[in-house]
Amino acid sequence: MTVRASLVTEPIDTREVLREVESPGHGAAILFVGFVRDVNDGKPVHGIDYTAYEAMAEREMTAIATESAERYSGSFVVIVHRIGELSVGDASVAIATSHAHRDMAYSASRYAIEQVKARVPIWKREHYSDGTREWVDPTGKADRVGSA
Amino acid sequence: MTVTVLLFASYAESLGTSSLSLELPEGARVEDALRTIRARSVSALPPKPLIAVNQVYARVSDALRAGDELAIIPPVAGG
Repeated sequence: MTVRASLVTEPIDTREVLREVESPGHGAAILFVGFVRDVNDGKPVHGIDYTAYEAMAEREMTAIATESAERYSGSFVVIVHRIGELSVGDASVAIATSHAHRDMAYSASRYAIEQVKARVPIWKREHYSDGTREWVDPTGKADRVGSA
Repeated sequence: MTVTVLLFASYAESLGTSSLSLELPEGARVEDALRTIRARSVSALPPKPLIAVNQVYARVSDALRAGDELAIIPPVAGG
């Protein structure tokens, strides 16, 4: 049984993340990778720096991996998120899941990435061509947070 | 009692620091800590920021204890 999560500062070896969930009884494995895009909201992006409340982020990611494995019938789940300065095309997050059958592996993967986006205390600041940097607020409320 | 307040990302920038030590009366709740921080700073925090106490999401009505680590969490943007 492989269920784990970590924050890293070095580039993510996505093939290695996938290899971690391989198992003779598992006929299906899914690798989800999130990459830094070169554009967001129509603005060209040169890079992103990610910061985290590291101890809590690892704790939440581990909780998500465990929940995903429990909900989806003993799937193996590995979540790796990178923080620090990333360039366009770098992998920011990799999630590997596996199960005897594909349905559970896909569901475990989808659950994990949606939960990571919703609740792990990680923040990103985009770098633009004019040298400015801006914190990204996916809630679209600038500096205001609703009762999420 | 003393609690440690952690600030991140845009909140750390707008308050000019990533951590504060707050002196609060015994029995204080998260909302009392937020009120104290707002009174100190010209930059207002949002009305209902996400909060974690000792690395677990918490409510503004939760009681604090000496030595707690109170984190004020901007909108998360991982992935």
